[in-house]
Amino acid sequence: MLKIKDLHVSYGGIRALRGVDLEVPDGKIVTLIGANGAGKSTLLRTISGLVKADSGSITYNDNELLGKPINKVLEEGIAQVPEGRRVFADLTVLENLKVGAYLRKDKAEIEKDIQWVYSLFPRLEERHWQLAGTLSGGEQQMLAVGRALMSRPKVLMMDEPSLGLAPLVVQGIFDIIRTINQQGVTVLLIEQNANMALKIADLAYVLETGVITKTGTGAELLADESIKEAYLGKKKK
Amino acid sequence: MHEASYYIQLLLSGITVGSLYALIAIGYTMVYGILRLINFAHGDIFMMAGFFMVYLCTGMSPLVALPLVLIMTVILGVLIERAAYKPLRTAPRMSVMISAIGVSYLLQNLATYVTGGLARAYPEIPGLKNTIQLGSVSVNWITIITPVLTILLVVVLVLLINHTKIGMAMRAVSRDFETAQLMGIKINNVISVTFIIGSFLAAVASVLYFTNYGQVSPMIGAMPGLKAFVAAVFGGIGSIPGAVIGAYIIGVCESFIKANETFSVFSNAFTFALLICVLLFRPNGLFGEKMTEKV
Repeated sequence: MLKIKDLHVSYGGIRALRGVDLEVPDGKIVTLIGANGAGKSTLLRTISGLVKADSGSITYNDNELLGKPINKVLEEGIAQVPEGRRVFADLTVLENLKVGAYLRKDKAEIEKDIQWVYSLFPRLEERHWQLAGTLSGGEQQMLAVGRALMSRPKVLMMDEPSLGLAPLVVQGIFDIIRTINQQGVTVLLIEQNANMALKIADLAYVLETGVITKTGTGAELLADESIKEAYLGKKKK
Repeated sequence: MHEASYYIQLLLSGITVGSLYALIAIGYTMVYGILRLINFAHGDIFMMAGFFMVYLCTGMSPLVALPLVLIMTVILGVLIERAAYKPLRTAPRMSVMISAIGVSYLLQNLATYVTGGLARAYPEIPGLKNTIQLGSVSVNWITIITPVLTILLVVVLVLLINHTKIGMAMRAVSRDFETAQLMGIKINNVISVTFIIGSFLAAVASVLYFTNYGQVSPMIGAMPGLKAFVAAVFGGIGSIPGAVIGAYIIGVCESFIKANETFSVFSNAFTFALLICVLLFRPNGLFGEKMTEKV
């Protein structure tokens, strides 16, 4: 279980996270919703080690992650699909996947995992020789997810995977998230698309200006009036 | 009119000079590709490699000193990165650039202090200056070895970058620092490797250059360094093939201009005029990546 306790983070002179408590139980899909600037990305970046925390703790199976270098966090089994996909545009699709397995040395197993990613995203196999920059937005998102899976993560953190994608493509991405989860990968999903995220989430948190204001199962929050009003675009009757 | 052999001679010497510029230019272009830093100290690393040879050869034969020079230059390059650039990793780019200028002067002053500012004779590596006759053209071994060795090193380097794990990591880092880190790539190791390669090639260039030139002085790195930098910008900074081709174009043009009695004085000015012309029409250089701002 990934456990975050009383996490405080300042980022660019702003107190982005002010005492966040959050738990990601093994095998679940956990989603964190919130408006722009609520601190969602900062939380993921802090877990990955890209941003330093002021205080608090982040543990995975009781191992403290705070203060560990980025590659050690990845070695613990926590991978991130960054916001905006960030595929390596002038590397081929296959090379992008190989970079995802950068820390691994088990060549035969890496080869197997490439096939696994191809089975999840047949599109990537068709285009494995193409430069990632030439892919469509949806394909780049598939590649970003596939690349993160290549480290064989136990926890996959995704930052706004639906951002800027057509609705049909978004549906495909969410289906894949479910499939990946069913294959045993714990998912921490950050989304502005609250409707979709809450539908697939086992557990959901709402983050507002650096504090968790609500938590519950996905279904509970979907039914919550204030959530409906603030994030689902439905007016109070 | 001159005979054909005269022009062949000019072309050969241009190719030799171009090769040396290419070896130095790769160091500029690779460091720029990864750190977006123009390493102004690079020309002085080249100069220091020359002095390493001079001083090592007071106690040993040049052939024994040669590998030591390569190793010492590599160590110097990595140390400079660690001491002057790494602490400024998150600082604005301009700060790092000023740090690089500082290192450049430090090395020049250091060399001036140690040598008293005088030029030192460069040790002769046996055999390299012997001339051979190729038809009507007579050339020394340096002229032949330089381009062959350069092309060989460039091919090895391109293979390294395109087909090895560390090469893949370098390409990933040059594109996106942060995401590369998320893949578990240790940025600092990749940067060190970049400086190792750049300094190694500069050391090779220094051996070839000073063997031909005959002496080393503290300021001597400036001009070849500047020319190689121009070559890198000319070819599109960040691109290795660009730097190599740019270096050859500059080397050959320079050789022909130097041979012309009227214009030879302007050979240096010409290099920069050429650069300006290219940048007017292709602001990113011949093979430069289009810099799209990251969103």
